[in-house]
Amino acid sequence: MDSVLRAENISKSFGPIEVLSGISLELRPGEVHAVIGENGAGKSTLMRILSGHIAPTRGHVHLDGQSVTFSGPVEAENRGIVLVHQEILLAEDLTVAQNLFLGREIKRFGFVDDRTMRERTRGILAELGTRIDPDCEVRRLSIADRQLVQIARALLVPHKVVAFDEPTAVLTPIEAESLFSIIRRLRSHGAAVLYISHRLNEVKAIADRVTVLRDGQHVATRDIEGLEPLEMARLMVGRDMSKLYPDKPDTASDHVILTVRDMTVPGFVENASFDLRRGEILGFGGLIGAGRTELFEGLVGLRPSQGSVSFRGESVSFRDAREAMAAGIVYLSEDRKGKGLLLQQNLRVNLSLAALDRFRRGSFIDVGAEEKALDEAIRNFDIRTRSRDLLAGQLSGGNQQKLLLAKMMLLEPRIIIIDEPTRGVDIGTKEQIYRFIAQLADDGLSIIVISSEMQELIGLCHRVIVMRNGRIAGEVAQADLSEDSIVYLANGVHEERAAEIAAGHA
Amino acid sequence: MTETVLRTGAEKRKLTIDMRALSPFIALIVLAIAGALINPDFLSASNILNVVTRSAFIAIIAVGATFVIAAGGLDLSVGSMAALTAGVMILTLNTLGGADMGTLAVGMLVAIALSAACGLANGLIVTFGRIEPFIVTLGTMGIFRSLVVWLAAGGTITLRNFELRELYRPIYFGSVFGIPIPIIAFLVVAAIGALILYRTSFGRHVVALGSNEDVARYSGVPIWRVRTLTYIIQGICVGIAVLVYVPRLGSATPTTGLLWELQAITAVVIGGTALKGGVGRVWGTVVGAVILELVANIMVLSNFVSEFLVGAVQGAIIIIAMLVQRSVHRGR
Repeated sequence: MDSVLRAENISKSFGPIEVLSGISLELRPGEVHAVIGENGAGKSTLMRILSGHIAPTRGHVHLDGQSVTFSGPVEAENRGIVLVHQEILLAEDLTVAQNLFLGREIKRFGFVDDRTMRERTRGILAELGTRIDPDCEVRRLSIADRQLVQIARALLVPHKVVAFDEPTAVLTPIEAESLFSIIRRLRSHGAAVLYISHRLNEVKAIADRVTVLRDGQHVATRDIEGLEPLEMARLMVGRDMSKLYPDKPDTASDHVILTVRDMTVPGFVENASFDLRRGEILGFGGLIGAGRTELFEGLVGLRPSQGSVSFRGESVSFRDAREAMAAGIVYLSEDRKGKGLLLQQNLRVNLSLAALDRFRRGSFIDVGAEEKALDEAIRNFDIRTRSRDLLAGQLSGGNQQKLLLAKMMLLEPRIIIIDEPTRGVDIGTKEQIYRFIAQLADDGLSIIVISSEMQELIGLCHRVIVMRNGRIAGEVAQADLSEDSIVYLANGVHEERAAEIAAGHA
Repeated sequence: MTETVLRTGAEKRKLTIDMRALSPFIALIVLAIAGALINPDFLSASNILNVVTRSAFIAIIAVGATFVIAAGGLDLSVGSMAALTAGVMILTLNTLGGADMGTLAVGMLVAIALSAACGLANGLIVTFGRIEPFIVTLGTMGIFRSLVVWLAAGGTITLRNFELRELYRPIYFGSVFGIPIPIIAFLVVAAIGALILYRTSFGRHVVALGSNEDVARYSGVPIWRVRTLTYIIQGICVGIAVLVYVPRLGSATPTTGLLWELQAITAVVIGGTALKGGVGRVWGTVVGAVILELVANIMVLSNFVSEFLVGAVQGAIIIIAMLVQRSVHRGR
């Protein structure tokens, strides 16, 4: 079987650190080849080598049987290898058509030919099965639509190999499903698809073959037939992962600690009411954009909101996060890099920022106490860092999440609201974070977990409340927790469609 | 094993940080050597003290600007604010008419209160109006400046009481143990500034705000208060600079403090504070202010370039400083 793109013994070093060593991989036309591995396993580096962004230190890349060296991503693109980036790289103020042709505008008599570009944009978007208006400003599109525009931009050039880097990180199950049908269409047209992800259920649903990387080494390449997610996880982590979720702590307590009635966040949430009990892990499910994040940002004073909140029997209303923290309620943002941590500052500064008052001696900050707290946090939360002087931005996603947890736990909260606790976190660290959350509940704290990963909600939570279009659609009790019941409430449909989605993510 | 890895990592990092923080000091030394080679009189104690004394106003203002800029803001109004404060202070002293310490103290209090109020106004408009600080302070720069012109009726506001002038004179021309009072004033201001920025939670909040406003907000930092306070600190620094400035000439004119904002921002940037916020270096700023005055002094002492081009050279320095910052940043 001939391959369209073949990597032979690729190694890559940055300075003295080797991030890839001796990786071989071949891509056949008409196959979806998934590359999986934990964060830091070298997936993205491999992808960037294959798409010409960086050159390998050793080894060769063969395209159609010939050894090639790309001068850069533009040349790789000209040769038919396109990369769909993980981050959305679009100019928000330009229209969809302008973005699609940015840097490669079609011209007539030296002026841009908007009409032709608009027509071609409409054509390619229709091919992707979407009806986004080419004249719409990208700013007004949802994240999922932006991703589609980004894919359309990549597919504008003739392509033999299409590489996707974690494309579903920001998509809901339904949106992911339509992405998969695009990928299947690409495959049926004979393109080779390289698919990087650490969502194993997705890989099972979409891939033909799987290559597993661990610590920059090639672990295995297998056909998807007979390869189950559990086995993939074992290959990725190198140990048995059958027990990802801890036992749910026994919360006998019926004691309601937080009561929320008719909470309205203008533009996002209407009349949300719910109770939270002591020692409970309460899940919040729903599609992206359902208003989950906004509900809790409103609750802790990060957004304007109305409604009545009673915490430990007293009516409260918070004007900013500081007041909520003082009362004992903390919110950990889903956007760790943008709202959680100061990426350009070191670990110590990040750790103490929210609880700085606790580190004061007279008018001044007690750096010694800060250092001691950092030692404790590194130990208690198992933050893995090469050096204590690293900047927060230099940590991996999982360690950033642990640092953020440690930072908020310094406030000794009673209620912890965690938004997407394991987004961008590798599976080994996920397990630690789950165990930690269960431990907190066991200690009598109350935890709210907002998550788009249904397995996470089912595996971790005592109860799950599902939101749809800014309203609470319903609640699923522990005994009834299943993907089907959550999907039903999240979408408001209970037909083959929902079953199909559930099957794809089982 | 792990221990050694940890330690070498830490040492390496410390070294690179020191290089960044040290670069203004290195530039200062290089300039001093260049000055000495060009003119032997350069290194005389009187010349050095003269240079540092002349840099005092800008240094004091720039310490305040370090806070504003480290928090991600900008204040273009400092020059006009200084002129307005000086004008009002002199008018107050003239109105009071006395020539005793009490009169002087009242005048000083008025100056500090007025400049702090100007800073408060800048801060409140920026925070509550949610307007870019560039625009806000561009506006107040025009307002303050034209208020001075109006108060002076286009001419000069002069301290009329001769006895009071004599009483006030030592604040600029006097010295303690051979060190001119302006130098002492700016060292004290810088020391207090460094203490606040590096050792208090307010200082930590300033840096957090400049690094990423959202993170600061989500971490419970009272961002409005912190941001407004940086502008008030800037105002108070302008007030202190005016206290030292007024006895020098005993007057304020419509051109008092012209382009001081350019010099203050230049000093801050030369000192290694990031213009986008998140890094503040008080001592670097002080050195930056001295460097600016040093360059002017070398230009006067040498005959290579006309001293009328001092502004051009200082303008070029801020651009070069930004280029150096950029390349240091990229190298990391």
